[in-house]
Amino acid sequence: MARTLLEVQGIVKKFGGITAVDGVSFDVREGEILGIIGPNGCGKSTLFNCILGQLPPTEGKVVLDGNDVTGLRPSELNRRGVSRTFQLLQVFPQLSVRENLILAGQEHKGTMVSRLFGPRDAGLTPDAEQMIEFFRLGHLADEKAGGLSYGQQKLLDAAMAFMAGPRMVLLDEPAGGVNLTMLGHLEERLRAMNTERGATFVVIEHNMDFVMRLCTRVVVLAEGKKIAEGTPAEVRANPQVIDAYLGH
Amino acid sequence: MSRSLLLKGFGLLIVAGLIFIPLTLNRYGIYIMSLWAIMTIAAMGLNLTLGYAGQVSLAQGAFVGLGAYTVAIMMSAGFGFWLPLVLAIAITFVVGWLLGYPALRVQHHYLAFVTLAFSTLVFLVFRNEEWLTKGIYGIMGFKRPTAFGVSFQKPIEFYYFTLAALALASAFVAWLVRSPWGRAFLALRENPIRALSLGVDTRRYTLMAFAIGSAMGGFAGALYAPLVEFVDPTPFTLALSLNLLMMVIVGGSGFFFGPFLGAAIGVLLPEWLRFAHGWYLIIYALFVMILLIKTPTGILGIIENMIAARKTRAASAARAAASATLDKA
Repeated sequence: MARTLLEVQGIVKKFGGITAVDGVSFDVREGEILGIIGPNGCGKSTLFNCILGQLPPTEGKVVLDGNDVTGLRPSELNRRGVSRTFQLLQVFPQLSVRENLILAGQEHKGTMVSRLFGPRDAGLTPDAEQMIEFFRLGHLADEKAGGLSYGQQKLLDAAMAFMAGPRMVLLDEPAGGVNLTMLGHLEERLRAMNTERGATFVVIEHNMDFVMRLCTRVVVLAEGKKIAEGTPAEVRANPQVIDAYLGH
Repeated sequence: MSRSLLLKGFGLLIVAGLIFIPLTLNRYGIYIMSLWAIMTIAAMGLNLTLGYAGQVSLAQGAFVGLGAYTVAIMMSAGFGFWLPLVLAIAITFVVGWLLGYPALRVQHHYLAFVTLAFSTLVFLVFRNEEWLTKGIYGIMGFKRPTAFGVSFQKPIEFYYFTLAALALASAFVAWLVRSPWGRAFLALRENPIRALSLGVDTRRYTLMAFAIGSAMGGFAGALYAPLVEFVDPTPFTLALSLNLLMMVIVGGSGFFFGPFLGAAIGVLLPEWLRFAHGWYLIIYALFVMILLIKTPTGILGIIENMIAARKTRAASAARAAASATLDKA
């Protein structure tokens, strides 16, 4: 079995009297595509935010490569190789596609001082070009990101998460609002990232077909708790999962 | 091609104007032009903090004051000009850095209030700490600088000195905003959460934006003192901070040339309106109000929108022409 990259241990997150995430644990193994699914409001995004330092968890631990990284600032976690996208689009509309990609990689190059006195592109133009080619955004490289279609921006958003050569990437609803053609393209590119470059993924999704096709393993949440874990086929056959999705 | 040539020609014309027109002006006219150059530098600093990095500050006037007092106090003590200048920049850099800390906790209106309080505090120090600042009597009796054996005592000479300083400050800002830092500042302004997730250390960049912007305020102040040859607390009230803020916003916040235009409106326009006697402040206020209602993004904002609209039309036409080939692919 592949090495464990990330261990999530008993994460609890309370907002006042509401327990959004209630003691969730799982492992992420190197090279896998782990899906996290669950009905709306089951705590998926909150869990992500706790893992990635956007929110401090009330209880629990996040361990990366054997080091406790709970509550580390997102920028620090990112520099240790954990990258993410957000549920809502988060590209920089005034910057060109290429500039967005350079921004996504520049803070991983050298120190603040060396970046100030170094080249304008922080030496990242070749990497950006490669990423542009990989996600087939070549004809848009010099366009302002704000002028791209929603699906194209989603692609750019995902591409940005890979710019720094991360160990793992957490994608929050990559398929949300993307049309079918673009979705196929996105899925194919993410899979290529996984097989060709060995990227490890954790994917939060609503689109069940997308998850079942893409992921090698799936964790199911309901009302803040983990109710199932296994291969897509196992999870699909689990009566508790069916119950959670179809209602009581 | 032809447009960039046109822009270059226009730029050259302005530079030539800045060099030659003051030769035809009287003493007061030259003073106003020097003041414009100095206020442009201060506004450029605020534009860096506010326009590029998105951190509201109502304290830029206080930094101009800190720079002016540092130079005035040290020059009266016989230190020449250059050491006090370096010290003025260093002090305002450090104080600006410290003022950045509240910005890590509060944003927008709250940050405005924190910086406003700081501004008032600095003014009170200027007025009340008589042992250092001579209070309301002010400091005088220091001279304008000399450099490499060239004296800048006469108004026109000192004007060229400030113009050179403005050129230097512009080159610095142009270089800074094109560096990776400029990109990080924009990310900080537009979307700090996403910036953090991309590894941008938003804390350090916030502090840097304050420190560098404030140091430019200090630089401007260091030039202001020898221009007026007298420093007292009155020019450095909150009104100066508000004025500088207005210059940045009217010119176009986040645009490189915004402060040049904003300072021209803030410094020169009131002078041109003097023919209206007692009415000039009312006319000036009305003008600024109408301008801001019509163009919340500043004057350069409208120009950019116009260019963008033209580009969009051109792009739509190109897309319509290319759509047939795209459909096949």
